[in-house]
Amino acid sequence: MTATAAGDLLEAEDITVRFGGLTALDAVGLDVAPRSVVGLIGPNGAGKTTLFNVLSGVLRPTEGTLTWKGVPVPARRAHHSARAGISRTFQGLNLFPQLTVLDNVVVGADRTARGGAFSLLTGLGHHHRDERLLRERALAALDSFGVAEHAHRLPSTLPYGLQKQVALARACVSDPELLLLDEPASGLSGDQVDALAEQIHTFSRDMAVVLVEHHMDLVMRVCDHIVVLDFGEVIATGTPEEIRADPAVTRAYLGNPAGDPSTEGPNADPDSGNGDTP
Amino acid sequence: MSTTTGQRADRPTGAVSTPPQPPGRRGRALPLPARNLLAAAAALALVTALLMVTGDLTALRLAAVGYTFLALAGLQLLVGGSGQVSLGHGAFMMIGAYSMALLVLHLPMLPLATNLLIVIAVSVIAGIAVGAATARLHGPYLAGATLILAVGLPGIAHRYHDLFGGSNGLNVRMAGAPPFLDGIVSTSQWQALVVWFTALLGLALLATVSAGRLGRRMRAIRDDETAAAMAGIPVGRTKVVAFVIASAAGGLAGGLQAYVLGTVTPSSFSLVLSLTLIAALVLGGIAGLWGALWAAFAVVYLEIWASELAETLNLGSDVQNNLPLVLFGVVLILVLRFWPLGVQGALQTLRARVRRS
Repeated sequence: MTATAAGDLLEAEDITVRFGGLTALDAVGLDVAPRSVVGLIGPNGAGKTTLFNVLSGVLRPTEGTLTWKGVPVPARRAHHSARAGISRTFQGLNLFPQLTVLDNVVVGADRTARGGAFSLLTGLGHHHRDERLLRERALAALDSFGVAEHAHRLPSTLPYGLQKQVALARACVSDPELLLLDEPASGLSGDQVDALAEQIHTFSRDMAVVLVEHHMDLVMRVCDHIVVLDFGEVIATGTPEEIRADPAVTRAYLGNPAGDPSTEGPNADPDSGNGDTP
Repeated sequence: MSTTTGQRADRPTGAVSTPPQPPGRRGRALPLPARNLLAAAAALALVTALLMVTGDLTALRLAAVGYTFLALAGLQLLVGGSGQVSLGHGAFMMIGAYSMALLVLHLPMLPLATNLLIVIAVSVIAGIAVGAATARLHGPYLAGATLILAVGLPGIAHRYHDLFGGSNGLNVRMAGAPPFLDGIVSTSQWQALVVWFTALLGLALLATVSAGRLGRRMRAIRDDETAAAMAGIPVGRTKVVAFVIASAAGGLAGGLQAYVLGTVTPSSFSLVLSLTLIAALVLGGIAGLWGALWAAFAVVYLEIWASELAETLNLGSDVQNNLPLVLFGVVLILVLRFWPLGVQGALQTLRARVRRS
């Protein structure tokens, strides 16, 4: 069912994560093709965030293999995934509160600098040029996300919607090949969600996107492929149309065969316009 | 880079505090190390002028400010810059001071510059050992581990009496000013110059690290470790590097202290020193290297003023011994009550207010 092909960017196979006696993920598989948009949905506690943490390298799976561009990924740390070309955003944004908006994004670009340990420790070598290029790159990213005028402010002084754009700029400034978005629509108003859908379409021209999202309208609109998790297991995968028609998904969401997953997410956000059926 | 239109629904954002600078502005400036070395040279000229007009006693006090400044600057980078609270900074000063004294005692033919380089190397090794062991510890756990270091290390000097001289410590004779400067500068003035020259070199390096990519990586880790890691920053390694830089600065400062005082004893590197250093840093302002300068003056001069006060008031020796701590505590409480960001924070607020009016 999944679009497994030799050209997949990321392949997760039989990923199992146990926390003590609790099995958070049970033999979950996920394939991400280049420049595709994959949605990861499921009720609260289904294991979406755990899978996300595995994909981004924050969490090592108890069992299972991850393959990045055809090469098995060994046990690794989070910064290795970032350097390989995987970026992510966080549900809580996790901006650096005491760094300016510009510095937040410069940190996101840090991995593109050329200088090594010598330049880091002494400020010599590539350092001067690196700093200039990182700054230019970050300013360009801020500009394209519409927050350039706030470059020298602290993130907490911006409204939430703009903070989200800063977080996106930080994730995208290094031109990743895979972008993991953790609930990008939470807390956004209806037309902000429309704008986000446009943004995700734009991202998918350059990179693959995996998003965890409760906002069904958005998921159905932007995803090429959807994976539904429930109690740590994949209960359905397919195109948005297939998922919408899948009775197992409906049951998992509402415990009621008559319901429709797109009418009421379990985490429905009152001002996110969640009720729209596309 | 993708272009987006995601901001149209946002509310207006109010006044922009600073207008964005044109991107090329920094690019035309001198590279960071060059700017910092120039600043250090200017500072050295200032200190030299100051030393020429003051007597021996002030020279010794200024020398103490010099090496304390260096030690505190290293601690600032570690605590304020990378968010790792160390309560054991005095232990690294002790390692540097004893290394210096042992070098002078057992290898008297080595020149001072070589000794200082060896002292740095020893402190770096000690910093790697401690930093690697504590890199996974956070907050109070890290503070506790470094506290053990501060408590335990002086005991080693007692335990290995033959090598470290027990509680009497080690006494060494340091070379004075070179012969051609006889009659121009006194030994104390020369020592103060050596201290400030070395300390300012170290400070230029610390300022470069702090303002550059490495410093930004450390601040990112301080603010949010997970987000920093997902930005591709090697969190563990960067934290160890911060620890090593701090211990190198502390060790070098200790070496300079041994050079000036000519004596090292375990009691001068007790837990009180480590705690005084971190408290002074909070007093001076933990957010930047300038705070370390005010902190260094506080460490050196509050103690002097307290003992002078006790002498003038003819207080008993019990009071006299404890007055510095009391004075320090009172000043710390008062400063933090009125300037929560320390002296440097207050100065910055003042500067911002002057600029606005």
